[in-house]
Amino acid sequence: MMARVVTRRSWLWGASTLLGAAALAACGADQSAPGGAGQEAPAGGTPRAQATVAGSGIVAGPFPGEAKNLTGAGATFPAALYSQWFETYYGLTQARVNYQAIGSGGGIKAISDQTVDFGATDGPMTDQQLTEAKGGPIYHVPTALGAVVATYNIPEVPASTRLRFTGDTLAGIFLGDIKRWSDPRLKADNPNVTLPDKDIVSVHRSDGSGTTYIFTDYLSAVSSKWKDSIGTSTTVNWPGGLGGRGNEGVTGEVKQNPYSIGYVEYIYAKQNKLGYAEMKNKSGAWIYPDEAAVSAAAAASSASIPPDLRASIVNADGATSYPISGFTWLLAYQTMTDQAKAVALTRLLWWSTHDGQRFNADLGYAALPAEIIKKAEEFIKGIKVNGSPAFPNK
Amino acid sequence: MAAQPSPISSASVAAVREVTGVAPPGAAPRLVTHRSTSITADSVFQGGARVAGGVIIAALIGILVLLALDSRMALSTFGLSFFTTSTWDNVKQQFGILPYIYGTLMTSAVAMVLGVPVAIGAALYVAEYCPNWLRTPISFSVELLAAIPSIIYGLWGFFILSPFMRAYVEPALQATLGKLPVIGALFSGNPIGKDLFTGGVILAIMILPTVMAVSREVILTVPPAQREGMLALGATRWETITTAVLPYARGGIAGAAILGLGRALGETMAVTLVIGNSSRAITGSLYTPGYTMASAIANQFNEADNPLYSSAITGVAFALLLIAGVVNVLARLLIWQMQGGRGAVKAVI
Repeated sequence: MMARVVTRRSWLWGASTLLGAAALAACGADQSAPGGAGQEAPAGGTPRAQATVAGSGIVAGPFPGEAKNLTGAGATFPAALYSQWFETYYGLTQARVNYQAIGSGGGIKAISDQTVDFGATDGPMTDQQLTEAKGGPIYHVPTALGAVVATYNIPEVPASTRLRFTGDTLAGIFLGDIKRWSDPRLKADNPNVTLPDKDIVSVHRSDGSGTTYIFTDYLSAVSSKWKDSIGTSTTVNWPGGLGGRGNEGVTGEVKQNPYSIGYVEYIYAKQNKLGYAEMKNKSGAWIYPDEAAVSAAAAASSASIPPDLRASIVNADGATSYPISGFTWLLAYQTMTDQAKAVALTRLLWWSTHDGQRFNADLGYAALPAEIIKKAEEFIKGIKVNGSPAFPNK
Repeated sequence: MAAQPSPISSASVAAVREVTGVAPPGAAPRLVTHRSTSITADSVFQGGARVAGGVIIAALIGILVLLALDSRMALSTFGLSFFTTSTWDNVKQQFGILPYIYGTLMTSAVAMVLGVPVAIGAALYVAEYCPNWLRTPISFSVELLAAIPSIIYGLWGFFILSPFMRAYVEPALQATLGKLPVIGALFSGNPIGKDLFTGGVILAIMILPTVMAVSREVILTVPPAQREGMLALGATRWETITTAVLPYARGGIAGAAILGLGRALGETMAVTLVIGNSSRAITGSLYTPGYTMASAIANQFNEADNPLYSSAITGVAFALLLIAGVVNVLARLLIWQMQGGRGAVKAVI
């Protein structure tokens, strides 16, 4: 039932923002490239109906002279999407992509040391990291949007009831300023819920993670106290609470500890049918996270996004934007030396940012808005090998 | 009684020799070799053995040098305060590892207090009381316990032990021991099940097989004549154990405990899953989520994406190696002290 609703919303959103430039494909009649089996999302038959991204279908099969093996490493957050993509891509082009989900920090390190062909990260590289990269300037090519949700376990509150948090109350809880569920600030946002007079146990990621980056980025954006005392990073100095390893660790802690609250990736919460909270966005609306609300946050921020796309879209403007959203990027050198790999990589990037987008929603990631794809295209066309652009445009 | 022990694995023989200088019965006796350089095979073997010995030392030195080099940046930035402060903040680039050291020592201490007595008791049972037909099954299951990968202990701890601790054990201890002066403070606070105490308990379970197996071998080395002598004098079983067996074996048992301590200090995955992974607090209570040095490394190494952070993590590894070294040296001194006092072990064989 919920899936239906989401489908409908993202469908409508796609229709309204793409200005009719793209055709709305019916289920099963979507843009199908040659390649046959292995093309479609597993177990679901065809991918959900989506607006086809303009520029799809350019990469439609093997290309002479391209490398048949690419290696990438990095973020765990989009790993499910990437494995779906790269499997489909192999069916299409016979180019095999070996992606190792070792974490964003690891991905940045690997691309900086040139031990992989591309990196992947959820938190953009810092200026210092960019200057230290051994292979020169790096492009941040966005591939998908994700969100972080607050999940909680209060035995007295039935699963069907959604709690509501503002940025302030969430920061207060993780700072330890709001200690009990019966705090008047929480009650004010949830007038119809009976909150018990119990200590709040906060749960965070113990390993470094892009999820933590987006979450702390949001808390820094909404709470000056958080910004000053904790800050934004893949690992921060948590004021208290429990640490769990990975999304599954945080979820486990939340499930086991009554009166706890933690944060996990939206896709993880959705797949595991966890209860999660509505957040108040910048324009004051209560938003329950879904793909459409995340895409809306990116679209609303696109005017203010810097040209290098190292953008934070937390606490975005827009009435329907979910505030704890973020990009995830693939990292590629602007100048490559290996002709065959450069061709293969640019083709992969093009396919991912265009044809690949139709897989996003099925796997719980929001698709990139058209404005962002335009900018990504410039990057892909800007990747050079031996002084000329690497992308063969087919 | 102890004349025919169960088959002894070569590893545990080596462990017993290592800690006591004595081979348990059932093991091949060490041969006294004569130096005969005229035989080529002999000298080749001697050279090979020398190289093998050298490799071990070279590996240790190599690890130490590498860790020291990689952690140089953090150590030179923070100096001694790297070891004595408790702020671990990647954003502000402040790194102090005191909470990790504290967590490591605390969980290991809990593990020793809970695990060693049980292990020695079990070893005594197998060596002294247990009927012969039961000895092999018990020894076998203990060795099986040692073979369980630590991640499995971790998952069990996460899903079974930790909720059990939170719901039953921790509140019960709080209601009883928590009322006592001084040690009561160890059990104060809100029982959450993911804390130093649960970390210590899982370590206690994990060191049990090591300590028990080695203690059993050591107890079996006590010459039967010594027991029989006591019994002939009319001593009870209990008196035999306390006056003839334990004093004789105590150096070896202490050595067994040290082997267990070594495992406790370095154990990573199982502890990571139950310790709560929170680096802030050093409070007197065991009911606080903490961090051990090993679990801090495992959690944070992958994402240590700037040089100082990465160097600080390596610094944790360096400190862990140093602490493990210091603890082992202290323990070895303790054993020498004990053996010197009795002189009994040296007299055998």
